[in-house]
Amino acid sequence: MIKEILKNIFSKKRVIPFPEGFNVSPTQVAKIVDFQKKVDTIFGRSLRIRQIDAGSCNACEWECTALTNPIYDIQRFGIDFVASPRHADMLLVTGPVSRQMEFALKRTTIATPEPRLVVACGDCAKDGGIYKGSYAVANGVGNVIPVDAVIPGCPPTPTAIILALSEIIDKVAR
Amino acid sequence: MNIDPLIVEILQIAVLLIVAPVFTGWIKMVKCWFQGRTSPSLFQPWRDIVKLFSKDVTLAENASWIFRFTPYLVFGISVMAGGIIPILSMDLPLSAMADVIALVALFSIARFFTALAGMDIGTAFGGMGASREMTIASLAEPAMLMAVFAVSLVGKSTSVSQMAIVISQGHSLLRPSLVFALLAFILITLAETGRVPVDNPATHLELTMIHEAMILEYSGRHLALIEWASMMKLFLFAVLGIASFVPWGIPRNGELLSVAVALLVLLFKLAGIGVVLVLIETGLAKMRIFRITEFLGSAFLFATIGMMSYFMLE
Amino acid sequence: MLLSPINVISSSFAVLLLILALTPFLRLNQRLLINVGFFLAAIASFFAAVAGFWSLVNGMTTQVILPIGLPDLPFHLRIDLLSGYFLVVVGLLAFFVSIYSIGYVKGFLGQRSVTHLVVFYVLFLAGMVLVVLADDALFFLIAWEMMAASSYFLVLYEDERVENRRAAFLYLVVAHVGAIAILLSFGVLAGLTTGFSGFQNYTFDAMRAAHLPPELATLAFLLAFFGFSAKAGVIPLHIWLPEAHPVAPSNVSALMSGVMLKTAIYGIVRVVFDLIRVFPWWWGALVLVFGLVSAVMGVLYALMQHDLKRLLAYHSVENIGIILIGIGLSMIFTSFNMSLLAALALIAGLYHTLNHAMFKGLLFMGAGSVLNATHERNMEEMGGLIRFMPWTAVLFLIGCISISALPPFNGFVSEWLTYQAFLLSPALPSPLLNLMIPLGAALLALTSALAAACFVKAFGVTFLGNHRGHHGGHIHEAGWSMRLGMLLAALACLGLGIFPTYMIGWMDPLAEKLVGGKIAASASGLGWMWLTPIAAERASYSAPLAFIGILTVVVVTYLLLHARPGAIRRAPLWNCGFEKVTSRMQYTATSFAMPLRRIFGFLFSIKEHVRQPPSASHPAFPDRIHYHLRVRDRFWTWMYQPVIDASFWLSRRIGRMQQGRIQIYLIYSFVTILVLLIFS
Repeated sequence: MIKEILKNIFSKKRVIPFPEGFNVSPTQVAKIVDFQKKVDTIFGRSLRIRQIDAGSCNACEWECTALTNPIYDIQRFGIDFVASPRHADMLLVTGPVSRQMEFALKRTTIATPEPRLVVACGDCAKDGGIYKGSYAVANGVGNVIPVDAVIPGCPPTPTAIILALSEIIDKVAR
Repeated sequence: MNIDPLIVEILQIAVLLIVAPVFTGWIKMVKCWFQGRTSPSLFQPWRDIVKLFSKDVTLAENASWIFRFTPYLVFGISVMAGGIIPILSMDLPLSAMADVIALVALFSIARFFTALAGMDIGTAFGGMGASREMTIASLAEPAMLMAVFAVSLVGKSTSVSQMAIVISQGHSLLRPSLVFALLAFILITLAETGRVPVDNPATHLELTMIHEAMILEYSGRHLALIEWASMMKLFLFAVLGIASFVPWGIPRNGELLSVAVALLVLLFKLAGIGVVLVLIETGLAKMRIFRITEFLGSAFLFATIGMMSYFMLE
Repeated sequence: MLLSPINVISSSFAVLLLILALTPFLRLNQRLLINVGFFLAAIASFFAAVAGFWSLVNGMTTQVILPIGLPDLPFHLRIDLLSGYFLVVVGLLAFFVSIYSIGYVKGFLGQRSVTHLVVFYVLFLAGMVLVVLADDALFFLIAWEMMAASSYFLVLYEDERVENRRAAFLYLVVAHVGAIAILLSFGVLAGLTTGFSGFQNYTFDAMRAAHLPPELATLAFLLAFFGFSAKAGVIPLHIWLPEAHPVAPSNVSALMSGVMLKTAIYGIVRVVFDLIRVFPWWWGALVLVFGLVSAVMGVLYALMQHDLKRLLAYHSVENIGIILIGIGLSMIFTSFNMSLLAALALIAGLYHTLNHAMFKGLLFMGAGSVLNATHERNMEEMGGLIRFMPWTAVLFLIGCISISALPPFNGFVSEWLTYQAFLLSPALPSPLLNLMIPLGAALLALTSALAAACFVKAFGVTFLGNHRGHHGGHIHEAGWSMRLGMLLAALACLGLGIFPTYMIGWMDPLAEKLVGGKIAASASGLGWMWLTPIAAERASYSAPLAFIGILTVVVVTYLLLHARPGAIRRAPLWNCGFEKVTSRMQYTATSFAMPLRRIFGFLFSIKEHVRQPPSASHPAFPDRIHYHLRVRDRFWTWMYQPVIDASFWLSRRIGRMQQGRIQIYLIYSFVTILVLLIFS
């Protein structure tokens, strides 16, 4: 174990550096830096996310899980996942909101204290995705609770999730 | 130049309030280094707490006054406990107020009220957290008291300042009774502060939670106070361990220079404790609930052996 | 007439007799009977407490020979320091409980007659006071029997249920087995050396003067310890406690648990420290071991209960164990002539006596209010009562905090003193004791931690959460007299916790008289705020400062943070977003104790049974699941059942003598007369 630890400490870190490693255009870099500053102002560089699976196929969840691995490492920005919506600042909803999960989703939103944000992650959360028009879904999170931002993609890559969080800035800045 | 002991006391409480979240941040940093990641900043827990103070409080409809009172009580007890343990000086006006048995009892009352707050809302998780927390506490307390008694036999007193004074004057650095008591104390710290292998503080799975399950319903400034208090509890256990086992560096009186040196030595020792803690956390996995009996039983055994070796060898 | 403690006690008895005299006249107006009767009982117990306190503080000893009694064997009465202290214990709690009873007993109006409740309550009080005052063996035993018999009738108050009658009968049997042992012990002390010539040695003064050989002293001690333990509820003679205390009316349970068990402690202290003053160390070790076993087993039994009053009864077993720990340590120190430490341990034990009376009385009174409101003793049917009964909840919480030995209330002070006594035991010359006694300290720590867990369960399941039962209303707060009684007891708990130096100062002459050491000088060496039993460097505790300090920080934090009004929003509870959250989804008392049941279950015989009847719709969707849990006391199967079987076997054998034919009985009489004539 000690060998592994020493290897981890002294080897080069494989995390994608921000913003160079994100492979984005300078305007998008500006947007992300802006996002960082605005998150700093509103939330004091501490954002806690409660991730809700409203009937998704779990692909979006895998991508969200990837956010906390050493490569993308969202924790270095001060962002973390929590277990209870009462501890959370932002709700990250995936899935097309099946009928079973509608009530739970509404309950969770009420349980989150203000100021809060709701982000719909993935094509299913945007408008139902591949399940659009089914009898068992509500065709997108926006039909159930008010949404502050949407991240398109099926599933969105972790890079895209971090990038797309910049949309919140416009909403929050107003 | 001598500082008034009251000023040292206030300074000590300020150190407690400020350094405790930084200590938690340091532990997170070291853990990230060991895992080969980049770490969040050292002051990240501070940012979390400050942000929580500005959020609204969302209370359940059936929460009673106990639920609202508990965060303040737990915070107050942690601050009080910080005034008793010698951190920056061994000559504190408040140190005669409570000895180490009273200190354990103060933590006990904080835990009592947290468990009641967990049961207050009437959710399944709160009751589960309360039940498990009280079970672990009832197994940890005899071990804690035996470890503390072993140290008090060497220090010929149960007052923490007195123990620190006697041990820092000790001629032999390595007494077998203190070594065993230290082992027991480390195991008990892991249990009481809810670290791996007893409880994973970063878990999201309610069925594996112990401490976290009792505070699932807290939000806003109540949550800030409770999180700060739990960081302070970890800090206090570390400082209690320092005062009992490695008290060199804590000055006898309140000279300005020695207090400043004491602060630096404290930070250095805390850094070392952080590394040891992270080594334990990285190397062990969280245990099953019913294995904790054996874990705490071995802590009790170490403490008892410590006491017996005092009688036999000293 | 000069006012003295004896006069105050006599006036107390006069008031009690007044109640008895008034009862036949007030019998028809039950409400007036309750008001007058219990009010006068409160006055009488207040006088008793005052008399006791007076003689304790002034160090006076008064002896009186009463004109009543058998010819040539008059009754001796004596108030000295020890009686004074126990009079305070009896009188203070009886005062609070009598005030409480004014409201509580009104709950029985209309259902049954309360006349005999009042009468036996008065007799019970009188019996307890007389036990503490008695100065000779005969009077002691008569008062003891009066106490036992009147409490039997009190336990049997609601006698239409068969389990109540069984419980009362069991209580009576164990009480009398104990009484026989005490009688034999007094017999050994009184007469065995002098051969019962003249029967003058039955007074305690004569017993003090007698010099017993060690074997006889041991025999007397063992008999007395057995007898008094049966009344105190020490394991293994505890079997009657959890049966009798729950079925009695709650004010009677409070008195029985808070005071009657203490008269047994009084008996032990009187016999060992006053009558037999010289003893070997293993007596103390025996008491200590029984104390430790009672403490740990008592609290473990309590954890398994879901009946609120049964849980409190088992906690009485635990606390008697803690008191015996203090007394046992004191006996060990005395036998090695370490009087200062013996005083510390004795004061720890006696302080806990008073503390236990206060908080156990408070807890039983609270349980009585809950019982009055919900008509339910089962915790699994309660919940959320803090909204309906806010005062009772707060006062019950104070009792819970006190019994869990948490600062700043009184339970912590006596446990702290006991720990200090344990920590000073390395000064003992015997290496065996040096190694074993710290383990006792660890068991005491286990006990108090388990007690805290048990009371989190008791308070949390009863008062917090959502209501589990089927009531839906009609749960009302207790009346003013019940609240007043509980409030006074709670204030006593707080006072005893914050001002321990004063208490120790008052108890000091008692310790000096019994074991020859004084600790008050060192205990309040730094002033009234600091409790420093042996020396300030050794250990110190300041209850007022701890209390004020925590209060200050809490208030300051609250004021700093409670800035914006309207910043708190009420929302439905978050239970992972489930739609139908019912009150059955909460933790019950049984589930709360499950981890501890798994860990410590080997000490009991536990049978857990889960059964799933076939469901109507589909095997994958069960309708209902039956869970059956039975926790049984192993002592019943190992100790009591064989004794019961053996006694029935023996009585069947002897019953063969009853042939039913008059000729055989005439032959028995004839043979007996012949034998008596030959051997007279």
